[in-house]
Amino acid sequence: METDKKQEVHTHKIGVYLWIWGLLFVFSFFSYMVDYINYQGLLRWSLIIFFMLVKAGLIMAIFMHLYWERWAIVNVLLWPMTAIGVFVAIMVSESQYTFFTRMFYFVVGS
Amino acid sequence: MSQFDLSKLPQGRKGFMHDWGSDQRAFKGVPWGKAMMWIFLLSDTFIFSCFLISLMTARASTTVEWPYPSEVFGLTVFGTSVPLLLIAIMTFVLITSSGTMAIAVKYGYEKNRKLCGWFLLATAIGGLTFVGMQAFEWSKLIFHDGVRPWGNPFGAEQFGAFFFMITGFHGTHVSIGVIFLFIFSRKVFRGDFDTGRRGYFTSMKSDYEAIEILGLYWHFVDLVWVFIFAFFYLW
Repeated sequence: METDKKQEVHTHKIGVYLWIWGLLFVFSFFSYMVDYINYQGLLRWSLIIFFMLVKAGLIMAIFMHLYWERWAIVNVLLWPMTAIGVFVAIMVSESQYTFFTRMFYFVVGS
Repeated sequence: MSQFDLSKLPQGRKGFMHDWGSDQRAFKGVPWGKAMMWIFLLSDTFIFSCFLISLMTARASTTVEWPYPSEVFGLTVFGTSVPLLLIAIMTFVLITSSGTMAIAVKYGYEKNRKLCGWFLLATAIGGLTFVGMQAFEWSKLIFHDGVRPWGNPFGAEQFGAFFFMITGFHGTHVSIGVIFLFIFSRKVFRGDFDTGRRGYFTSMKSDYEAIEILGLYWHFVDLVWVFIFAFFYLW
């Protein structure tokens, strides 16, 4: 166990973390500016999602060290996320249907 | 376990096949505590996803106007109203504490006891600041604006329920993290990981890799906030 641990130790230069820290600040500032400038519609949504994914990727890859982990654990962690994507797709269509029936019965049924 | 010289094992996609096809242990070079923390975080991801997906479902299916977070969470500073000001500051505080945590993990692995402890303490104080601002935000919404889980003056009634549930569950995670950060900074300062002093609850010796496991949890809390910030506050 002891020899094993000594091999695993990998430290990175502090600059790596400071860079990512700075980038996270910049991207958070950008995503805040999306609201401050008050972009609306498709531009707003795509910018929000883009900055969100960049920030999440940086945190997971560098801060949580996933970039340096072996594929055995990286795959186990990332593939289940596709289930969330499927769930989102299902609920989007479900909520559109609910919205449709509500509009339909609130208007026609009354 | 010294047979795992990681540099001699296949890397990347071939490494994936090799590790999963091998005997005894799939996560080579990953301490069990870290693997378990990752699996816990994966399950936590699903819980937060369910919250955010139900927020999406409620918001997309309601026929009533959804409250505009930019105005609900705006603050008036010196006579001008700034949208989402407090939330933006909270975001920066949490990112900063995530940065100090990453540096604490680095110094932990370098067995730099003092710097590791100080950065852990800084992380804990950052987390405490975040929780404090969240308490301010909640009390403003509850006492000043009259937001309740069953209704609010701004629009769709579900808004309050989702706000308290999502930010409350995240705030609970932050609070638990802060408690553990204080405990672990004390353990680091005392030199528990250098002397092999046994833990109070577990009676087991621990190592600086415990700091990385705590770090994974803390970064995850920050990660969840990234999604809450995007989907609840900005959308």
